[in-house]
Amino acid sequence: MKTIYFNKFYKSFNILSGILIIASLVFLVFKGLNFGVDFKGGTLIELRTDKSSANITKIRDSFNQMNLGDVSVKNFGNETDFVVKFEKQNSNDPKFIEEIKTKLSNSIGTVDFRRVENVGPKVSAELLRSGVIAIALSLAAMLLYIWIRFEWQFSLGAILALFHDVIITLGVFSVFSLEINLSIVAAVLTIVGYSMNDTVVIFDRVRENLRKYADIKIFELTNISINETLSRTIITSVTTLLALLSIFIFGGEILKGFSLAMILGVIFGTYSSIYIANPVLVSLKVSQRTIVKEEKNN
Amino acid sequence: MLYFSKLRVFSVLIFTLIISYFTISNFTKVDDEFFSKNIKLGLDLQGGSYLLLEIDNEPVITQRLQSKVLEFKKFFKDKDIKVRNFVIEDKSIIFDVENSKIEDVKSLLDDDKSEINPYFQQYKSHQFNFENMDTSFKLEFSDYGLVLLKNSSLDQAIEIVRRRVDEVGTNEPNILKRGNDRILVELPGLDDPGRIKSLLGKTANLTFQFISSSSEESFGTEKLSFEDGSSEAIVSKRIVLSGDNLMDAKPTMNNQTNETVVSFSLDRVGAKKFGKATSNGVGKRLAIVLDGKIISAPEVREPIIGGNGQISGNFTFQSATDLALLLRSGALPAPLNIIEERTVGPDLGKDSINAGIMSLIIGFILVVAFMFYKYRFFGLIANLALISNLFLLVGILTLFEATLTLPGIAGIILTVGMAVDANVLIFERIKEELKNENNSIVAFDSGYTKSRTTILDANITTLIAAVILFFMGSGPIKGFSITLGVGILTTLFSVYFIARLITAYYVIKNKHKEKLI
Repeated sequence: MKTIYFNKFYKSFNILSGILIIASLVFLVFKGLNFGVDFKGGTLIELRTDKSSANITKIRDSFNQMNLGDVSVKNFGNETDFVVKFEKQNSNDPKFIEEIKTKLSNSIGTVDFRRVENVGPKVSAELLRSGVIAIALSLAAMLLYIWIRFEWQFSLGAILALFHDVIITLGVFSVFSLEINLSIVAAVLTIVGYSMNDTVVIFDRVRENLRKYADIKIFELTNISINETLSRTIITSVTTLLALLSIFIFGGEILKGFSLAMILGVIFGTYSSIYIANPVLVSLKVSQRTIVKEEKNN
Repeated sequence: MLYFSKLRVFSVLIFTLIISYFTISNFTKVDDEFFSKNIKLGLDLQGGSYLLLEIDNEPVITQRLQSKVLEFKKFFKDKDIKVRNFVIEDKSIIFDVENSKIEDVKSLLDDDKSEINPYFQQYKSHQFNFENMDTSFKLEFSDYGLVLLKNSSLDQAIEIVRRRVDEVGTNEPNILKRGNDRILVELPGLDDPGRIKSLLGKTANLTFQFISSSSEESFGTEKLSFEDGSSEAIVSKRIVLSGDNLMDAKPTMNNQTNETVVSFSLDRVGAKKFGKATSNGVGKRLAIVLDGKIISAPEVREPIIGGNGQISGNFTFQSATDLALLLRSGALPAPLNIIEERTVGPDLGKDSINAGIMSLIIGFILVVAFMFYKYRFFGLIANLALISNLFLLVGILTLFEATLTLPGIAGIILTVGMAVDANVLIFERIKEELKNENNSIVAFDSGYTKSRTTILDANITTLIAAVILFFMGSGPIKGFSITLGVGILTTLFSVYFIARLITAYYVIKNKHKEKLI
């Protein structure tokens, strides 16, 4: 197979990544994330109306009359399906949901509540905390694992690639105001696993080549390694993306956000293994001595 | 890496077949509990309600301190120690002791064998911690004392919750403790939890108290409002009878008034108390109080001696049934707050299953087609490994009766996408080895050997993510972590035993063929 000179573009893509990360951080800080009821508390109702004449404006108007705080209404898949979210949650009042349903049917006709989620402030705070802890813990576990398996230069490269993927994925969610809920946390953790996996495959090859060729500069060597593992990288990301696209398209509305986060994560993860992880090795001037010295120490 | 002993081949086959059997058992009916196992569907797939309840322990703590005060009074009286000025303030008991007995009281409270302040050897803690300033003592629950109290009220509450839920008759409810002040209630198949919520939201403390005619009662009086909010009444604080003495309660029709009422029967002690009180109180109004609200306050026309009575109060048949149910199941030790509720209707569940299966089938076909296109014959081997991987994965989930959720199905699809990675790594490596090696057996062998650490690394990283999710996640997300984690194990098995077995057999048969892969 023809060699592709990935290493020619290390600099330009690093600049691009830098811009993307800064942009993501700016959005995350100033615009923030659109937390769902899992993390913000409140009530979510997925409802199906009888006829398609019911529209978002009508539904929003009738909810606004009920004094439920901030109300958001979105179409959900079919044109007769909607998701309504509002701040007020009153799960202690057993008639709370029933009354909403009665009032709503009076104004827009028969509705079916397909899903109701009601999360109190205490629980949502706990869920948010455990979500953040889970992501932090997985990053720490990856760091530990890679630190045991590789030399520190490699660990740094892999971890930078991980942060890159997680930050940019969250950045995209912030830009498009996509909802962050419990399943997004699961997606982010899986992205962390996938991105690490992808980086490790190339790094294993870099290390093997470092042993083999003493006189090839790391700049060239990373490129050789990327090329040697390229067809694997492509095949695996294609099969994973095929599976994820199938969830995204056919898996129903509930899994949309989850599969979208994973799709972004796989794309960024594959990119970052090549353009973040490897340039780190180059700028840290990794050479045969890096791994030989370590091996002697062990 | 290509050699398999006969025994190895045999055990791989048997293991695969046995586990795969459980995949199939999801679709068949067998009259045996073990062999007819099914995957449990999560609430998001079968529809149902998930409620998280939290006990409000404040009233229990106050109650317990009040009864402790009575205990103290009696205890010190028996010991001939004069104590006075008992106050309950800020969750602690404060009292004064006569000067000469301060040291005695201290040792009574501090002793390992203290009767009044029990010491728990294994936790190195008394029930109460105390402070002493001059003649004043201040006691409050120790951390362990508090845990003990919370646990016992949780145990009581969970029992009452179970009785109430069972009485409603939903199918296979799941009621579990969470921490030391929460109860998780899962109600499969229930799409309107309104009734259960109203039943669980009531403490159901029932008391009978006379309406006070004069405000000079020896026990004191309190002002209570009627259930319907229409009016208020002054009620004597003396409790004639409480729900504890109730043996049974059921909704009935009062033939004279044509009204739905709740009739109850009392145990022997209750009947005696009730008989005596109603004998003395003919002509007075007796208030029936539930959770601090008066349901009704009928006039006592004659003494009620037999231990049977009726509660009237504008009931519908449904509300009478519910009240009877609450009275039968007993009072909760403390109020319960519903802090999280998730309800999925049955047809959304069905839609989710259909969408999940649809995307699994399409994802599977796409991956299989792509692998065949890339590797031809070896693609078939990888696909065979993928199929057995799916059978193993679903089989293991069934065998351990794991709960399958919608994210869990996503985890299976994701496994399909990522599982081929291991075979791809191996095949690509073999291709490289074949460039410098003419003996195809050697090339295949070293292809397997050299890719092994990479494959392990790659799978361990995903496994780490799955394990963390398992411990941190809840409900549906836990389901995802289970399928993802088990998927990695079955992937490794199917790649290293099944695919390698077929590869080995094929390569040894065709070792002289040009361009094997």
